[in-house]
Amino acid sequence: MIRRILVYIVDNFRWIGWLMILGAVLIVLPYMVRTYQVEVLILLLIDIILVVSFRLITTTGGWSLAHVPMMGCGAYATALLTAGLGVPFWISLPLSGLAAAVMAFILSYPLARTTGFAFFVASFAAGDSLRLCWTRFKTPFGGHKGLTNIPVPEFFSSVDLSAPIPYYYLALVITALCLLIMFRLDRSRIGHTFKAISMNADLSRSLGINVTFYKMLAFTIGSFFAGVAGVLLAHRLWAVVPAQFGFVTTLYLLVWVVFGGTRTFHGPILGVVVLTFLSELLKPLFEWVPMIFGTIIILTLIFFPEGLEGLGHRFTPWLDRQRFAAGDEPRH
Amino acid sequence: MALLQLKNLGKDFGRLVAVNRIDLTVEPGEIRGLIGPNGSGKTTIFNLITGFIPPSRGSVFFQGEDITDLPPHAVARRGLARTFQLTTLFKEMTALENVVMACHLHLRVGLWRQFWRTARTRRREKAVEFRAMELLEFMGMAERANELAGELPHGHQCALGISNALATNPKMILLDEPVGGMNPTETAQTMDRIRRLRDLGITVLLVEHDMKAVMSTCDRITCINFGNKIAEGTARDVCSSQDVIEAYLGGTSGVCSL
Repeated sequence: MIRRILVYIVDNFRWIGWLMILGAVLIVLPYMVRTYQVEVLILLLIDIILVVSFRLITTTGGWSLAHVPMMGCGAYATALLTAGLGVPFWISLPLSGLAAAVMAFILSYPLARTTGFAFFVASFAAGDSLRLCWTRFKTPFGGHKGLTNIPVPEFFSSVDLSAPIPYYYLALVITALCLLIMFRLDRSRIGHTFKAISMNADLSRSLGINVTFYKMLAFTIGSFFAGVAGVLLAHRLWAVVPAQFGFVTTLYLLVWVVFGGTRTFHGPILGVVVLTFLSELLKPLFEWVPMIFGTIIILTLIFFPEGLEGLGHRFTPWLDRQRFAAGDEPRH
Repeated sequence: MALLQLKNLGKDFGRLVAVNRIDLTVEPGEIRGLIGPNGSGKTTIFNLITGFIPPSRGSVFFQGEDITDLPPHAVARRGLARTFQLTTLFKEMTALENVVMACHLHLRVGLWRQFWRTARTRRREKAVEFRAMELLEFMGMAERANELAGELPHGHQCALGISNALATNPKMILLDEPVGGMNPTETAQTMDRIRRLRDLGITVLLVEHDMKAVMSTCDRITCINFGNKIAEGTARDVCSSQDVIEAYLGGTSGVCSL
């Protein structure tokens, strides 16, 4: 067992090396930036969970517009559990994820039977009706004003999780864990089956794959992680309001994902990271940000429809030529 | 006992009767041909048998079990595989990955174990890969195992489609135009492999337009037109049937130039 682990580490040394460097950067990062920027990083981590779990659902072929409301499910669940019932954060975290998953499971029963455009519209309707429930029902969801007084997660008394930097580490650990699980899933046979379904649903059926079941599975698991993201969001903002989970947020999610690409695991992460940095850079041009994002999305769809992740492939021939010109062998 | 039995099977699309009332019995170990002019309802019959579309009337029995209302994946699990008319593959996967995916059914590993990829799961995955390679060899595709399915030449795509169907370990296989668009050499090779399938104990029902291939391979042939069965029997019987000749050529001359 130990030998196998060692062999694995040696075989994947470069990959693990890069990951360790990235980890180190992420650990020192909050001390290198201003407090406000730490808050941005926390939200970025939450958004990373959101886009990666969104991609998980897209691997079966459907773009769910109910994903942001699913995040809302997690946020509302934890608000009700911790602020309402006094459940500790650490128990509420998985429970609220599960609440989103259960809601998703129920919705997925009809949703998984739709494809393409119908899925788009149906998931939007399902998600938005959820959001309307939170607006309309004053009890227990608090209507337009939402729920407040969501407690700070408790940890050892020496660590104050209401401060940005400790919360950043909390979010970092949970994000890393979520990504690890989803990466594992993506590379497992379950993930391969999801991709097979999106490539050709009829063929998958004829080979004995229960397409509806796997679509429901992807939707449920993806929503679980969206719920977890919602929990992290709710405990950072100490409040949840229905407006947070409206269509504008969904649009941002779509922009991140289109910009990054959905074919690879890292594509959507790349998209959300680059665009978050960009919108921070453009902070002084506040009014222009939506217009700039709109332009970016149109240009992306025209010039590199595969998203950022596709750029690597696109430049490979060019790089090869440069190497060739420099007298090296082209890379294959 | 008949392996596959269609009783009074029919399908209407609105007011169009695609398949009227078909009775068909396929015995184990048989190679059965299903022929008919374009639009006569052959592919619809395939879709009805495999549960892709629900029939308007009648029923389908496989090994004595009523499978009329089963969804496609459940039909596949009972050992009834099919291929599709236009090459239907996982185009962005390699040939080997295609067949490995098609072996899905045999993995018999729970979701949880698939997620953790325990040693046992990995062993099974290795075994599945080995089996997939065997199937590719059987279909004469071994040297192309690592090419992307979408980039294979047409003949190989068809062969890969059959490999995929075989990977479900079927008792019976429905082939929808297995030699469509192939050159004569490829056709001969494919028909030879279909005969070898029969020798492996797999019953075959095939739809094909290449009359020469059908006549030389099938034990029995069923001819349909406008959703009705118009002839059934050996190649010779079907060829000499006046109804068949009329259906194909409007009654001018013989269909079969063997």
